[in-house]
Amino acid sequence: MGTTLAEKVWEAHLVRRAEGEPDLLYIDLHLVHEVTSPQAFDGLRLAGRPLRRPDLHLATEDHNVPTDLLADAGTADIADPVSRVQVETLRRNCAEFGVRLHPMGDAGQGIVHVIGPQLGVTQPGMTIVCGDSHTSTHGAFGALAFGIGTSEVEHVMATQTLPLVRPKTMAVTVEGSLPPGTTPKDLVLALIAQVGTGGGQGHVVEYRGQAFEEMSMEGRMTVCNMSIEWGARAGMVAPDDTTFAYLQGRPEAPQGDDWDAAVASWRTLRTDDDAAFDKEVVLDATTITPFVTWGTNPAQGVPLGDVVPDPQSLPAGGERDAAERALTYMGLTAGTPLREVAVDTVFLGSCTNARMEDLRAAADVLRGRRVADGVRAIVVPGSMLVKLQAEQEGLDRVFTDAGFDWRNAGCSMCLGMNPDTLAPGERSASTSNRNFEGRQGRGGRTHLVSPPVAAATAVTGRLTAPADLPPVQTGA
Amino acid sequence: MDPFTTHTGTAAALRRNDVDTDQIIPSDWLKRVQRTGFGEGLFSEWRQDPSFVLNRVQGASVLLAGEDFGTGSSREHAVWALTDFGFRAVVSPRFGDIFRSNSLKGGLLPVQLPSDVVAALMDLVEADPAAPVTVDLGAREVRAEGIAASFELDDFTRWRLMEGLDDIGLTLRHEAEISAFEQQRPAFLPHV
Ligand code: SF4
Repeated sequence: MGTTLAEKVWEAHLVRRAEGEPDLLYIDLHLVHEVTSPQAFDGLRLAGRPLRRPDLHLATEDHNVPTDLLADAGTADIADPVSRVQVETLRRNCAEFGVRLHPMGDAGQGIVHVIGPQLGVTQPGMTIVCGDSHTSTHGAFGALAFGIGTSEVEHVMATQTLPLVRPKTMAVTVEGSLPPGTTPKDLVLALIAQVGTGGGQGHVVEYRGQAFEEMSMEGRMTVCNMSIEWGARAGMVAPDDTTFAYLQGRPEAPQGDDWDAAVASWRTLRTDDDAAFDKEVVLDATTITPFVTWGTNPAQGVPLGDVVPDPQSLPAGGERDAAERALTYMGLTAGTPLREVAVDTVFLGSCTNARMEDLRAAADVLRGRRVADGVRAIVVPGSMLVKLQAEQEGLDRVFTDAGFDWRNAGCSMCLGMNPDTLAPGERSASTSNRNFEGRQGRGGRTHLVSPPVAAATAVTGRLTAPADLPPVQTGA
Repeated sequence: MDPFTTHTGTAAALRRNDVDTDQIIPSDWLKRVQRTGFGEGLFSEWRQDPSFVLNRVQGASVLLAGEDFGTGSSREHAVWALTDFGFRAVVSPRFGDIFRSNSLKGGLLPVQLPSDVVAALMDLVEADPAAPVTVDLGAREVRAEGIAASFELDDFTRWRLMEGLDDIGLTLRHEAEISAFEQQRPAFLPHV
């Protein structure tokens, strides 16, 4: 019987297999950020262990960085002393252990999961880890990429391997094409609502089918990014010509003969026709419409055209309790049409949706329109390079003309670790990936949406799809 | 790491599903660069509510939780917060994968038991907060008054935890195999 893509990548990285023990897998790339690495570097120092392969680690500063500073700001400009120490600690550790770092202010700085693909270090068939659950993003290239904890970070630093129990495999097959006006974000939110937050637990998922074959790399990254939100260990898409075209010419992509050898090898990274998955889910892309969350986990979502669901319609027990608590926290009443929910803030950013395509899609909605009075709207490019490219295309003007704040790269309002936060009770439409209680700031209320829905919502001040907006008046 | 063999203590019942690691330790706590002192941040938002279980039940060392405990962020700080607060084991019908592996590295035993067993344990400790609960790693069994339930954990991990062995040290015994593997990695792979 044949093997799946995930199994092929797994087997190709096998350092050691012994009966009754976890497999020992080689790790091709470790991405590093300031939050989950300091205790691991400390561990190395404490044990007197060297960093085994400094050339396979790449670091950036993203979670703590303020996004409203001047481009040449230094750590001294980080107002929060605890955040400042964390960023400075990363700089010291990278200098001491010889790790390449893209610090705040560097042209290559950005969210860790945006800069890997942008540099071309994220390549098909690799094993990639990071002390960050959204490492699954890199699976869009057919890499086996997953988040790890700080103890495992230290393990990779010391040994460039991880002992791992082989996960189960799952296929998510999405038939048909996504309808116009919908995005990969809508698709993945609909998927998560169907399978639940734990639906992928213990599995590496391969996304396949027509919708994925037609999808851009950036869209595939959005979907793979959110694999963790339904519990999957990792998400993957088999590499194809779309993948190779995206990679070719990027600074760290193979060149010349290496490129040809790489592509020949990458073309073998496909699930065999006779391979079996442990579990399969099938979805019809043609039924997808703009999707939003109403609750406090990413599975609590519905189509934008629906109403806030009634917890009483759920089976008694944990799920109903969770829905009731979520409605209380979110300040919502069952039966309210989602389109009537007013927001205070719109956040366009995060490793889920802050690449060029996301910014272009939002800008397309905003041309000739204005952010509604009283709505705070910010756009935070995923990397400084995305920022630069967007400025070259004039997107920054579209955003600022509409009334958005145009920021430097960072995690920003995706999580409450930097100055961009929601105030208690404040409600946002956010292109990020988590609507957990307090995720965007203590007491903040988050609705997860796609970039076009975020833009349209900024215009009306209520959850809105672009198709709901009146046409732009042209001429004087 | 301290060896884990068997542990007996009282338990707290957290009757919630989908407890993500952002709730276990909110992100403003993650700015610290040490491994210690996170107990104060454990469930810090929920602890504002006087009726929250950890404000009612003191001294528990076993946490009983609903389905999908420890989902979301990979922050190992969640494990450090639970152990710093005094927990030695968490019992749930299902765990987030990363949280589970972090726990197994950090001296917190994640015990997966069927929902009905977890519910029975919760009923028991809510009726009698002093009821002892035993987590026996050697026998792979949880015991409490009227309840004995076995749980699964692979032999290797069990051995490692019972011996209190350092994972990195174990792997470094295979240094020769790691070096041999490195010799045959394709040349086109990136070096940064
Ligand atoms: S943008 Fe959000 S999800 Fe992505 S790495 Fe930053 S904090 Fe994590």
